[in-house]
Amino acid sequence: MAEPATKTSYQGRMHLMQKEIMGRYFDRLTRAAEHGEGNAVYMLISGNPVELVLAFDMIPVYPEINALQLAVKKASLPFIQKAEEMGYSMDNCAYVKADVGLLFGGRKTPFATIPLPSLILCNYVGCNVYLQWFEHLAEYAGGNLYNLDIPFMRNPSDKPLAADLAYVVRQLEEVIEICERITRKKLDYARLKRIVSLSGETGERWAKIKALTKNIPSPFDAYFDSVTMMAPLYCLRGTEEGLRFFDAVYNEMEEKARLGKGPLPAERFRFVIEGPPPWPYLRTFRDLFSKWGAVAVASTYSTVGGLWEFGFKHDSKRPLESIAEHMLQWNLTNRNFLQRYEQIRRYVEDWAADALVIHSVKSCRLFSAGQGDMREHFTKDLGIPTLLIESDIEDPRYFSEAQMKNRVDAFFESLEHKKILHGTGAGGRA
Amino acid sequence: MTLEHFMPRYRETLESSPLDLVSQWKIAHPGTKIIGCYPVYTPVEIIHAGGMLPVGIIGGGNRLEIAHADSRFQSFVCSIVKSTLELGLTKKLDFLDGIVFHSICDPARNLGSVYKRNFPSLVVEYVHFPQNMTSPHTAEYLAAEYRRLRASYEKVAGRPITDEDLRRSIGIYNEQRRLLRGLYRLRAESPQNVSTVESYVLTRLGTLLPPDEHIAVLKEALPELGRRNEKPKDRVRVVLEGSFCEQPPLELIEALEAAGCYILDDDFLQGWRWFLEDVPAGGDPIRDLAAAYLHQSVYSGVKHDTRQPKAKHLIDRVRETGAAAVLILAAKFCEPALFDYALYRRALEKEGIPHLYLEFEEKMWIFDKARSEVETFVESMLFD
Ligand code: SF4
Ligand code: SF4
Repeated sequence: MAEPATKTSYQGRMHLMQKEIMGRYFDRLTRAAEHGEGNAVYMLISGNPVELVLAFDMIPVYPEINALQLAVKKASLPFIQKAEEMGYSMDNCAYVKADVGLLFGGRKTPFATIPLPSLILCNYVGCNVYLQWFEHLAEYAGGNLYNLDIPFMRNPSDKPLAADLAYVVRQLEEVIEICERITRKKLDYARLKRIVSLSGETGERWAKIKALTKNIPSPFDAYFDSVTMMAPLYCLRGTEEGLRFFDAVYNEMEEKARLGKGPLPAERFRFVIEGPPPWPYLRTFRDLFSKWGAVAVASTYSTVGGLWEFGFKHDSKRPLESIAEHMLQWNLTNRNFLQRYEQIRRYVEDWAADALVIHSVKSCRLFSAGQGDMREHFTKDLGIPTLLIESDIEDPRYFSEAQMKNRVDAFFESLEHKKILHGTGAGGRA
Repeated sequence: MTLEHFMPRYRETLESSPLDLVSQWKIAHPGTKIIGCYPVYTPVEIIHAGGMLPVGIIGGGNRLEIAHADSRFQSFVCSIVKSTLELGLTKKLDFLDGIVFHSICDPARNLGSVYKRNFPSLVVEYVHFPQNMTSPHTAEYLAAEYRRLRASYEKVAGRPITDEDLRRSIGIYNEQRRLLRGLYRLRAESPQNVSTVESYVLTRLGTLLPPDEHIAVLKEALPELGRRNEKPKDRVRVVLEGSFCEQPPLELIEALEAAGCYILDDDFLQGWRWFLEDVPAGGDPIRDLAAAYLHQSVYSGVKHDTRQPKAKHLIDRVRETGAAAVLILAAKFCEPALFDYALYRRALEKEGIPHLYLEFEEKMWIFDKARSEVETFVESMLFD
């Protein structure tokens, strides 16, 4: 039986620190927008090459982060509707709609004013919607558009082909030329190497943080708390400030792990979660699981920008090659669906999870299209209890709390029942 | 055999079970390997040059019941992804030795993986088409991708695919595409003589028959169509856009025309008519095919070419054909088509070109609503 609802009010040092450093980042965006300080580069999260942008002191702007912040602040719907009036469909990815609505609605948000771009760098890493999103932005906002084409991981050997790597490196060189033209500065190669080296350190710290959730209990939630770490990972990776943040998070979480503390009073279930979160209802969604003492120990969503926990590290001796490898191979979005099955299977085993939860979001078909097959594979072939629930990443109109709650409750009830039958504790262990 | 004879027969086959044409062909040619091509574009020459038959696997039409695939792909995914999986799960594609998907959209790409898992005996290929059309290095990338594909199909074919083989296949498909361009020209010039359903049937056949057989059909049909001399009716001339992947039922195409339009041009089966001119067949054929993709292919909802906005291409097409309006016919839940619409609408409004937006699903059965919307649109144009 479920315990009385456990509301999560956990606010560690890391959450406060994140607010502070992201606040500074957003202030920088506002200054760029309102006082023309610096050159903004629009980029996408998936396998982002932020190192290059930082090497030119340009400002990375991620429309996805802006869109998700709008959703978290429950401010996305009017922008989505504005885009729909312009001809965007109910069925288009709502990140794009919120962002287009924002562009036409004055670019002012509760957290920042978004600057117009000096460069629209479409890092096409896995998501086909990206291409159209940035094509549209270029049409509306003007500005240089460069499609940085990243060949998808289609090779059975799981390695990018030599021709893919060469192609991406050549394109990165073209991006460098474009940035040189915009900033009227030559690339400082030593500086790029320094940034790539900081990226390598940061990625390594992030991987160590993620390994901590193998502890029982897990010191933090690898979904709901990990998302706090994702924005710094994309906006500040490659900076001293970013590295300091990840160091501090590691220390805080390592201590919690040592003391056997977790995000909930008691960890009763460990699950792996696949799919992006429902940003407009994040807290409500989290509480559905907290109530059951269920903690996410690994998540695929936390690997969209980069996959560091399986051994990848940026290498400052080969900066461009290593940025290219990150974009091609070491992020979730550029990997094929079967590689994702494998990633999840590894999580379930190595992180000792009891179950898989698939959050299927309408907006993001990159994630969701075919998740029914994924469920089939995990339940039938691997015998892992799997729950599939649907809502959206951005559009508040697709969240049905009552229905969601029924599904989650029924799932954990039956999981609990199984545990009693088999006399196992958390982590599937006796 | 005249058009009047074979058109109804082919139409009936296409509407009920188009893949029968292929399975019957396989029975007659048991030793020949068959590779299915998901939309939009496949470099079919590479398959054909290995002595294999490339065929279009272009959805399940409106007579296929979806009983299994809808538990794998959600309600918000387009129909063709589900029907393609359903065809496989219900063993209607057993004549295939392989199938190829492409980087057209996220659902189609995930479908490729789902195919790989569910049909381990099929050779499932995935082609990543480049989306950087401005880099001087893209051509080399695409050539490498085609060489990889060639190596994979050499294994399936059990023989080398030589440059000579490739040049021969390019020549054959050039002829096929040239005839199809001729067919489309005939229709654009005198749509009263060639209905869109007829041109559709003639084009779709080419996705199911070996190219030389299709060429023979076209060579017989085209002169006959050219001899027709019907009187033009008072209809609105339109260009149709948005159906480059999933295909609308023939009854819908017919209903659109019957509601008072002449469709001068469309993007049905676009990948099978991909090139604006012949692919050069003299040099390194792999490089020639790659260069043709980059420099002489049609604009498309699945090719994002920063050199020129898609909307400009659409407007040029309206001007070139002399159409008075645009009909957007987008597959429901088709992300690329739905996104394109936002830009098309903006550009069309700016140019003062009227348009009507419609959505379809391949599985649809009832066309009254679409028909009456077109009627209203046509009336507003004719009596403006
Ligand atoms: S489809 Fe998914 S990855 Fe692509 S822009 Fe939308 S939310 Fe982002
Ligand atoms: S119809 Fe559209 S969304 Fe569906 S597979 Fe084709 S291109 Fe993709």
